Amino acid sequence: MIEPSYYLSNIVQELKPSGIRKFFDLAAGMEGVISLGVGEPDFVTPWNVREACILSLEQGYTSYTANAGLIELRKEISHYLKNLTNIEYNPHNQVLVTVGGSQALDISLRAIVNPGDEVIVIEPSFVSYASLVTLAGGIPVPVQTTGDMEFKLQPEELEKAITEKTKAIILCSPNNPTGTCLNKKELEMIAEIIEKYDLLVISDEIYAELTYDEAYTSFVSIKGMEERTILVSGFSKGFAMTGWRLGYIAANPEFLNAMLKIHQYSMMCAPTMAQYAAIEAMKNGKEDVIHMKKSYRQRRNLFVGALNDIGLTCHVPGGAFYAFPSIQKTNLTSEEFAEQLLMEEKVAVVPGNVFGKSGEGFVRCSYASSLEQLQEAVRRMQRFVESRT
Amino acid sequence: MKFTEKEVEILELLENDCRLSAEQIAKMIELTEDETKQLIKNLEDQRIIVDYTAQINWGKVDGHEGVKAMIDVKVQPKRGVGFDEIASRIYRFKEVKSVYLMSGAYDLSIIIEGKSMSEIAQFVSDKLSTLDSVLSTTTHFILKKYKHDGTIFEQEDEDKRIVVSP
Repeated sequence: MIEPSYYLSNIVQELKPSGIRKFFDLAAGMEGVISLGVGEPDFVTPWNVREACILSLEQGYTSYTANAGLIELRKEISHYLKNLTNIEYNPHNQVLVTVGGSQALDISLRAIVNPGDEVIVIEPSFVSYASLVTLAGGIPVPVQTTGDMEFKLQPEELEKAITEKTKAIILCSPNNPTGTCLNKKELEMIAEIIEKYDLLVISDEIYAELTYDEAYTSFVSIKGMEERTILVSGFSKGFAMTGWRLGYIAANPEFLNAMLKIHQYSMMCAPTMAQYAAIEAMKNGKEDVIHMKKSYRQRRNLFVGALNDIGLTCHVPGGAFYAFPSIQKTNLTSEEFAEQLLMEEKVAVVPGNVFGKSGEGFVRCSYASSLEQLQEAVRRMQRFVESRT
Repeated sequence: MKFTEKEVEILELLENDCRLSAEQIAKMIELTEDETKQLIKNLEDQRIIVDYTAQINWGKVDGHEGVKAMIDVKVQPKRGVGFDEIASRIYRFKEVKSVYLMSGAYDLSIIIEGKSMSEIAQFVSDKLSTLDSVLSTTTHFILKKYKHDGTIFEQEDEDKRIVVSP
């Protein structure tokens, strides 16, 4: 008999499993659950995109692509980013197609982190950030934000967390799980600090398409930030293509070249058929994106209003498809709240603490669900909240 | 006619689900309930919103399966009133569900509903073909409805997502 733990790497052994995983196990197998726990669109990938994938298979495009991805797709991404950020990324050496935004984050971090380097993670944050920093050999340094400030990063808090070892910060706007968007002025204040301390930024812009109230500002478009920013994005959220696992990185050629090395040794290239589908999404998907965005905004307005009406105070999230209401009035921890709500009312939400310490006292509710489901979920949540207050 | 963004949004919402209440729509598009009610009323008054109906898959209801046919009709337009007069003579029949003026090989496209094929055949031969301006008719029976007015009839609306995901 061998002792597996003897062989496992220390880093992996010390890594905590995602809190979402734990909650998924709890909710899976239960019948009649209304799920507000999903971090993905409720739209199926638009048909023309699926059709493009089928066509690529019919035509026999089943072999590897260039490591960096199909040049046609990189050109489309470059064109798309020009419209979004006003920056012209050279598709030949500044764009890399990855296996989802997650791989994009992973290789971005692995390309820049030396053992012991600190990377600042703004909490509440997407569950992978801190762990990916750890896996890259770095040390994640959390910076808390608060519900009072609508979870907006306060520049002075950022500055306090910076040490000589700080290499980079990970920004995510619109944010998962809070839906918070940072506007141009707020990003400029962060940029000043980035410049002052000579840091890099990994800007996760996967929700860029989904902003509702203010025009979207990409961090790369802030003066002086283009060369310091590794832009990470993908097709999952805006184009409803989560299962396709297709993302990309745009950065200056030196960074990109380093990432390409990791990518070619570990992944070779992103799936070919998904890349053909993505070309179609970029070329002809704009109207679908606008349609989906409109629908999310309408549901946000209805759902966030309803949460506030039942006493779960919630700021109006400017983007993504998450509401992050406070559950403090129930005197339950976020985990207790989520667990009891699931068991008693069969509504799945994600406890805020899985997104970091500042998520405690909140739960993440995705409003990427049908109106009927959202309304029924609110009815059940109201019953639950009333029983606890 | 030009409409505001909010008015168009109301139209889209109601076209997709006419059960939505003014209160729900108001919240969704960030207007007050009164403003929303007023806009809806204006749209109704102008006959932009013509009716509120449900898409029913009658094929699944025993005893109500019915038969539908599309009929291509060639007509002789009349001076002064063109196709409008004959169209209005046709659309008044209760069996006639839709009437469209077409370009191409024929002039009017008509959708007819009846209890049986013979009922439709009788309507075509007795009522439609005998109208003065009607030159010819070609009847196509609809065998199965896959999609109608943007609604897919046999679609499974099952949510294929896992219950909790990042």
